[in-house]
Amino acid sequence: MGETTTMAKGITSGLRAAMERDPKVILLGEDIGKLGGVFRVTEGLQKDFGEDRVIDTPLAEAGILGTAIGLALRGYRPVVEIQFDGFVYPAFDHIVSQVAKLRARSLGYVGMPVVIRIPFGGGIGAVEHHSESNEAYFAHTAGLKVVAVSNPHDAHWMIQQAIESPDPVIFYEPKRRYWDKGEVGAAPDGPLGSARVVREGSDVTVLCYGPMVRTCLQAAQAAEDEDHSLEILDLRSLSPLDTSVIFASVRKTGRCVVVHEASTFLGLGAELAAQIQQECFYELEAPVLRVGGYNVPYPPSRIEEDFLPDLDRVLDAVDRLLTH
Amino acid sequence: MSDHDQAPQGRALGNVFGAHERPLSGDRPAAEGGPEMLQVITPEGERIPNPELDPLLEHLTDADLRGFYRDLVLIRRFDAEATALQRQGELGLWASLLGQEAAQVGAGRAMRAQDFAFPTYREHGVAWCRGVDPVNLLGMFRGVNHGGWDPNEKNFHLYTIIIGAQTLHATGYAMGVQRDGAVGTGDPDRDTAVMAFLGDGATSQGDVSEALVFSGVNNSPVVFFCQNNQWAISEPNEKQTRAPLWHRARGFGFPGIRVDGNDVLAVYAVTRRALDAARDGQGPTFIEAFTYRMGAHTTSDDPTKYRVSAEVEVWKLRDPIERFKRWLEHAGHADRAFFDAVADESDALGADVRARCLAMPDPDGSEMFTHVYAEEHPVMVAELAEFTAYQRSFEGVH
Repeated sequence: MGETTTMAKGITSGLRAAMERDPKVILLGEDIGKLGGVFRVTEGLQKDFGEDRVIDTPLAEAGILGTAIGLALRGYRPVVEIQFDGFVYPAFDHIVSQVAKLRARSLGYVGMPVVIRIPFGGGIGAVEHHSESNEAYFAHTAGLKVVAVSNPHDAHWMIQQAIESPDPVIFYEPKRRYWDKGEVGAAPDGPLGSARVVREGSDVTVLCYGPMVRTCLQAAQAAEDEDHSLEILDLRSLSPLDTSVIFASVRKTGRCVVVHEASTFLGLGAELAAQIQQECFYELEAPVLRVGGYNVPYPPSRIEEDFLPDLDRVLDAVDRLLTH
Repeated sequence: MSDHDQAPQGRALGNVFGAHERPLSGDRPAAEGGPEMLQVITPEGERIPNPELDPLLEHLTDADLRGFYRDLVLIRRFDAEATALQRQGELGLWASLLGQEAAQVGAGRAMRAQDFAFPTYREHGVAWCRGVDPVNLLGMFRGVNHGGWDPNEKNFHLYTIIIGAQTLHATGYAMGVQRDGAVGTGDPDRDTAVMAFLGDGATSQGDVSEALVFSGVNNSPVVFFCQNNQWAISEPNEKQTRAPLWHRARGFGFPGIRVDGNDVLAVYAVTRRALDAARDGQGPTFIEAFTYRMGAHTTSDDPTKYRVSAEVEVWKLRDPIERFKRWLEHAGHADRAFFDAVADESDALGADVRARCLAMPDPDGSEMFTHVYAEEHPVMVAELAEFTAYQRSFEGVH
């Protein structure tokens, strides 16, 4: 290990390791075989593991999820690729009504070890339905776990942890970070479900995940020039939330901003703000702020930079927190 | 003129595109299965020789045939008891199978132990054939669980309420069977098929079409068993489909067949043949069992709002149990003592089901947190603690 690779290739190597370890791990998705997926995340896997384990499915998301459920009931561990975030909705019923509930409905007799990989978020100049951040829909659903990776190391290890999970995991991959490079270490940083402090600081806690981690790290660098010290937390797990790490950071800094690409209304930021004011009320020096997408349909790509949170919007929120 | 310009014989436009069929019309009361419907016992109890199906029935002994009758009577009795329990407030709801007994027993008895069934919420007769304790079926209707049996114990999945969803689960399961090498080996105890049960209304769902696509392209060992009971709550066939349902399989590239769903032997024969083909590696089959929902959709439904009693009267004459009994008697497969014994057994079953339903305990409120996740989950831990503390705050308060 210690190899430098892209986030996309980190996922590929993680999938490969999981498939080598457990013959019951199989991949399903559109164009994931010969093509290796539209983002090439499964590149080479069909050649090495065969068409029975890397399945080019018909073009039907409900069908992919529905058959993944049946495969899981037969003892397989399906890893499903949804080609783009906005394409998951035809499968929503199977995810919410079946994958999330079958363990409870069967009183624990059957589980749903299904991983649903979703490339998400904007910033790549795509046409509509290709830039969405729909994590809140799934984080709202009991029975699911929801995670988002932000770098090659986590991508490599967390996909393996997700596959090993006996419970279903929605696995979000920030598509504009697929080509970001980084080192993959020899072991994961904590279990699935844990957050990670990626930069320590003392003035403001910045909670972020997925594509916004890099943005917030850049903001922290810029804030340093103005003698503002930002603590950056990569949530990594959106459901459940690693609240002990989150609360500890907010109690230390007394100020918090949540940053995500998703629209703010009823997004992760709303839940985090509610929990933080409940648990850290007396340590807070200012209200918890949110920086996120506006509450509109994802805009056309020529104006997506106006919609997406960026370094300046994060710093603007930091300034408001510090001058409160 | 090149060869390309010359249309081959018989490829006139009409043949290429087919003719426009007229939409199904509501020629009611009482739809007819038509000449293509397979049947070996008429509603009058006469056995019609059928060179296609008879070889699939030859091996049945008198005991087997009597067993079919016993199944039919007992599940009707169980169903009646459940309806009564609902009327008395012991179940919140019941979905009766009245009239569909032969379709379910024929299909259920054609399955082998290693086969797997994916039911709707009305497959009480299939559950019975699989050996599922009928009291288990009452749990979700009583409101003590959402299913709660082990699907792998009798290879009978939980009831699925989302219409048509289970056809995809069945297809995925069958894809797993293929990957396990349990198809086409020739070993009768290893080769495995999957039954996807659905109704006429479900055929309108996209999930069902996707299941037909996935099973078709994968050549999966799945049999789609569609009980066309003529009514999807209040909507008749002609609101769901333009063409007869069994025709649909053709477009997906595998056989479709219509069988008299009130003829237990015919259903058994066609299902057995379809399951054998699936286990053998020949791929899926779509069976339309043409039957009738004699009762309401569920106990919450009032069919007098949308269908006439004359239609029900016609279907009473096609009753699945009466015709089979007549034939058994006439052909000498069973005698009065047998029928009396089954009647006694059915009364005992009704009493047993009633007693065990009433004894079914309500779960403790805290159990809602128990099976949401396999592993310890911080939200479940926190909310269970909160729930428990809140409940305890009432202790000693009157």
